[in-house]
Amino acid sequence: MESMMGLINLEHEHDFLNELTYFRCGAAVPFAGRYRLIDFTLSNMVRSNVQDIAIFTRNKYRSLMDHLGTGADWELDRRHGGLFILPPDWNDPTDISKGDLSHFHNNRDYFNRGKSNYVIVSGSQYLSNADYSDAFDYHLERGADVTLVTTRVDELGPEHDPCLRINQDDQGWVSDITNERSNPHVFTGVYIIKKSLMLDLVDECIAHHKDHFFIHGVKENLEKLNIQTFEQTGYSAFINSIESFYRHNMNLLNPENYRELFYQNAFIKTKISNEPPTKYQDISEVKDSLLANGCEINGEVENSVLFRGVVVKPGAKVINSVIMQRCTIEEGVHLENVILDKDVTVTEGQTFIGSHEKPFVVAKRTVMS
Amino acid sequence: MSKKECVGMLLAGGEGKRLGLLTKDLAKPAVPFGGKYRIIDFTLSNCANSGIHTVGVLTQYSPLDLNKHIGIGKPWDLDRQADGVSILSPYTAKEGGSWYSGTADAIYQNIHFIDRYDPEYILVISGDHIYQMNYQKLLKYHKEQEADATISVMEVPWDEASRFGILNTTDDLRIYEFDEKPAKPKNNLASMGIYIFNWKSLRSYLMEDAKNPTSSHDFGKDIIPAMVDDERRLFAYQFEGYWKDVGTVQSYWEANMDLLEMDEMVSLNNREWRTYSHDSNYPPQYINGNTNITNSYINSGCWIRGTVDRSILFENVEVDSKSTVRQSILHPRVKVGENSVIERAIIKEDTVVPPNSYICTPEGEEPYVIDNENVGIVTVK
Repeated sequence: MESMMGLINLEHEHDFLNELTYFRCGAAVPFAGRYRLIDFTLSNMVRSNVQDIAIFTRNKYRSLMDHLGTGADWELDRRHGGLFILPPDWNDPTDISKGDLSHFHNNRDYFNRGKSNYVIVSGSQYLSNADYSDAFDYHLERGADVTLVTTRVDELGPEHDPCLRINQDDQGWVSDITNERSNPHVFTGVYIIKKSLMLDLVDECIAHHKDHFFIHGVKENLEKLNIQTFEQTGYSAFINSIESFYRHNMNLLNPENYRELFYQNAFIKTKISNEPPTKYQDISEVKDSLLANGCEINGEVENSVLFRGVVVKPGAKVINSVIMQRCTIEEGVHLENVILDKDVTVTEGQTFIGSHEKPFVVAKRTVMS
Repeated sequence: MSKKECVGMLLAGGEGKRLGLLTKDLAKPAVPFGGKYRIIDFTLSNCANSGIHTVGVLTQYSPLDLNKHIGIGKPWDLDRQADGVSILSPYTAKEGGSWYSGTADAIYQNIHFIDRYDPEYILVISGDHIYQMNYQKLLKYHKEQEADATISVMEVPWDEASRFGILNTTDDLRIYEFDEKPAKPKNNLASMGIYIFNWKSLRSYLMEDAKNPTSSHDFGKDIIPAMVDDERRLFAYQFEGYWKDVGTVQSYWEANMDLLEMDEMVSLNNREWRTYSHDSNYPPQYINGNTNITNSYINSGCWIRGTVDRSILFENVEVDSKSTVRQSILHPRVKVGENSVIERAIIKEDTVVPPNSYICTPEGEEPYVIDNENVGIVTVK
């Protein structure tokens, strides 16, 4: 039986979320009440029977490592294989590689030691609830060199601008990979490739002083490679700006999206917490909201996403907002269109109102008085 | 094995007959409690928080879910190399074997387990009590009194004292008499079923007791009275705080409601004294539309469209629109159809309550326990 090993490549992901990525990389940004962005890709891989997963990370990975630990919460604490977090620390004096190719070059052992003959590569910004086994079966069946996981987008928005687009011939073979913004056939950043081919392409790229594996190794070799696509359906999101981050949190307040993202396949796994159930006090008014465990609700919450351990005191109002872990909203506060990062305290009587297009973002551990 | 000062022995084999349907195929300590926990989590968390890292859990009745829940003790940081948690079930050996015939017999049959750690003290606790207690304080008191045994006690109202095992003590809390459910109580200090013994001393009493064919092999009925008769140094340790034996459906329901009302006495949210359990991977709870939720605990994966008041909802419970849940406990994955009323009832896991149901326990009666088999019988509207 053929299998895949996983690679989550964060090298080319920028710190796109302003205040939210001051102290952490994008993959570690909290999302949807109890997750981090990387949980979606990681859970999808684990569910697709991927048992070795490496993460190429460049910077601000402290919170990512804290979140992932040994990988036990994703059942990746394995005697053989499991999770490999690979920050850039290498000292090969003969190394001439650049960009993400340095990661491939210096972590070649990871690929050589893994027993799988195929690799599934992904970033962290594309969120979905998927099982890639079907894509893998399809890859083998079609005898493709590379299979790109794609999705068709009904309503293209700014979040899709950075995404590559796919053109195919009538056999499904990819004829072009472009940046054409009106093309609704979007590449998700997830692809499957044979390990030996990948390593050959890595060598070729390095020999030619290239710095981006997918662009130079795959896209520029389009003529030589047989590339298939596998189309994914169901709710999915690209998180690459504050705007898309906010909008997709809000989108989950639509029951259909909530069901599709969380219940379509198996659960999205995340770091286990030890919070008690959420406590609703005598005077709480909650409407159309997502709440994680450990919250204490005494005030009014509407159309909002509350992470673990948020306290909303009497007389406070939280509307259209994303409130992260352990924030305290004191008496009489009014928040609307606001994103609070972790551990923010809003003191008594304060009012903060952002706009729907441009929510008001507050960095971690701020006291707003 | 390395020597341990104190080994905890957690009695978790009880059938819990008076919990009726709740323990139909489940050991009492494994009964869901407090929206996310099982009853035994409170004692296991007490061990973890008190630094008792060697714990034997004595299981016997319907242990599948209980054993799976405890596993290797990870949620309580009891997955350790030299000690940690050990599940001790009845076994056979060269000389035969038998079920545990009483609390003392359960310990007696596991003397070899305790001897491995060569402890000075043994802490004997129960897996069916709800309380938050630092056993180190009890141990310190035990050492200060130079006692052979120390029993944790609570002051109970005088008019209820005849329902408990009462310890008659001198002014310095030395125990001179044990009265099991006395008709005319002389004292109001009730035993909480939490003991610390000097292991050497207890070991010899257990050996003696095992030889006695008329003994019921019970700590309260046999071991403690025998020690009192011998005028050993037995002391009462007065515990101040919340403690409840969840022996009946009524007390199970009350203890759950106490979590909602008595937060300062027994708190799930106490950062200094956390209660640990397994966590599910359900998504955040979804509060949909015009709901009214007051004074309740609600766990992840719930979907609420109706009214919830003074209730405890475990993970993945759904309450549909125009339905009301009051003073009730809904176990994992219960689905309440629309336009239903549930009041003062306990709904067992995976029960589907059809639309237009009416499940209300009449005033003065023990709360109904509902599962998929009887849900049709009581829902008359």
